[in-house]
Amino acid sequence: MQEQDLAPPVALPMLSPAARRRQLKEKAIAALITAVAFTGIAALVLILVFVAKEALLLVTDAAAREEASFSKMFLPQLVRKGKPLAYVWQPVSGVPKVSMIPLFVGTLKTTAVSMLVAVPLGIFGALFAAEFAPRRLREVLKPTIELLAGIPSVVLGFFALMVMASFLQDTFGFTSRLNAVVAGLGLALAIVPVIFTVTEDALTAVPRSYREASLALGATPWETAWKVVLPAAAPGILAACVLGFGRAIGETMIVLMASGNAAIVSANLGDSVRSLSATIAAEMGEVVVGSPHYALLFFIGVELFLFTFLLNMLAGVWTKKVIQRLKGGAG
Amino acid sequence: MKHTTRKVVGLSLVSLTGLAAFVMVAMLALILLDVVRGGWSHVSWQFLSQAPTDGMMGGGIFPALFGTAALTLLMTLAVMPVGVLTAVYLHEYAPPSSLLARAVRVAVANLAGVPSIVFGLFGLGFFILFVGRGLDHALGYEQLHWAQPGILWAALTLAVLTLPVVIVSTEEALRAVPQEHRTASLALGATQSQTLARVVLPGALPGILTGAVLAISRGAGEVAPILFTGAAYFLPDLPTSLNSQFMHLGYHTYVLATQSPDVEATRPLLYATVLVLLLLTFALNLVAVLIRTRTRRKAAAGH
Repeated sequence: MQEQDLAPPVALPMLSPAARRRQLKEKAIAALITAVAFTGIAALVLILVFVAKEALLLVTDAAAREEASFSKMFLPQLVRKGKPLAYVWQPVSGVPKVSMIPLFVGTLKTTAVSMLVAVPLGIFGALFAAEFAPRRLREVLKPTIELLAGIPSVVLGFFALMVMASFLQDTFGFTSRLNAVVAGLGLALAIVPVIFTVTEDALTAVPRSYREASLALGATPWETAWKVVLPAAAPGILAACVLGFGRAIGETMIVLMASGNAAIVSANLGDSVRSLSATIAAEMGEVVVGSPHYALLFFIGVELFLFTFLLNMLAGVWTKKVIQRLKGGAG
Repeated sequence: MKHTTRKVVGLSLVSLTGLAAFVMVAMLALILLDVVRGGWSHVSWQFLSQAPTDGMMGGGIFPALFGTAALTLLMTLAVMPVGVLTAVYLHEYAPPSSLLARAVRVAVANLAGVPSIVFGLFGLGFFILFVGRGLDHALGYEQLHWAQPGILWAALTLAVLTLPVVIVSTEEALRAVPQEHRTASLALGATQSQTLARVVLPGALPGILTGAVLAISRGAGEVAPILFTGAAYFLPDLPTSLNSQFMHLGYHTYVLATQSPDVEATRPLLYATVLVLLLLTFALNLVAVLIRTRTRRKAAAGH
């Protein structure tokens, strides 16, 4: 109260009408741009909502609840009288059998094969590019991997189906031409660029002072790369593997074309398999909209979404960690 | 003695990593060689300009080429404004340490990792069954008009899928515009939006174009999202409206490779189709790389 008596109130600057109009226009443009920025968030939420919405039938509809209950999806079922309980995916037979276990097994088998091949290949390749390769060679190597990343997955599926399948069958004598190994190797081609690129980024983010200190202590270049640079970038490399894993789980066309699409539960990598993603792609075309089978396919979609979402968050956290670690260590 | 073991271990590590790099390059070369060898002799003007005939056993791929081009054009029209404006928000408008900006970044990173088949489900559930049905009700169509697979829905689905590509590369392009340009423009009395429209965006244009080309090359090759949102098995007529189905190079490849009535007879057609699809995506990627290196060189020389 007192202050107001002492000092005259500060007058707002008087804007001319034109200036005020301009200010209003600026505010409107900023609001519009901010509104558009919500699209990314909206898209992510809408994807989950609208895929889950079609799957909700499994809970709300009595017939669907009966045909595809959670126990039928995840526990062993009596398939034929007198036979042992089993996991069977056969959603369009007279008595639909909807066990998801064969699909999980199939997805894990192809993913495991692809990771076994792509992780060492990607990490070692990145180590070579970042630490050992002469500059010329590195400048050829990186665009080449980018080119590999640019190949559409349907072309990789085609290559696995037409070329790799016959070659592998002739070499290893698989009983089924299309199997988890063929699909997994095809998948490896798709995820190797992801692992390579992210690992290479993590390795080049390691400050030069680390290398110089190591070399000054008398370590050889390979000792520096193996014992200093690689451990410093470890969280980033882990993130690369997690990203590759997520990509392999969700990849559709390669597995659809090269896995044989038979829902078999076995430990043999030479058997045909059916993955979660390929099941959606193969069965959505003929399914009756609103049927339990239809809701099941969307439920698989929800599973894939949540799976990959978690993996991505994890990879994001680890990527941040590598930056923090290097900043903290160097500063 | 210890010295020699160290040398041997070092040499083997270097050669092992070199081998890994070599294997990756060799796989790419193997794929390219196989596709070119199998498809080269069959790619001709007729192949590119004719529709498939004899139940896919003969003829060409013109409807698939046209469908792919129309699809990616629609997708680009949808994704570019949204992607560019989002990046503009993140880089030019968002307050530092803004919660919204952080949330958008996390969402975009996660969007990039959503499996492509889930985008297909989303397109079916959202665009066709929700928006399409809503439109049909609102416009009073008796029969299915918008609530069915069509090129518009497939294009919008792909636009959501390629959104992260555009946002990330546009943000990179905005980062490359020197801060002094903005300061100079503002100091001359230009407003923020004038600075954006006449200084920042023109400066970032090559990078934005790179993003567009990358999105097109990614979108043109994706098959899983269009499986149930608009791609057709066999459709010699070209799509005439936004709700018609269309043929697509990638889907055509899938059909020829897996559902051919006579594998031997369709093999040359299949290889030629794959060759065209590969050439198309590689050409687009090459264009993106060229724009990027040209602007980088310019930036290095000019400023």
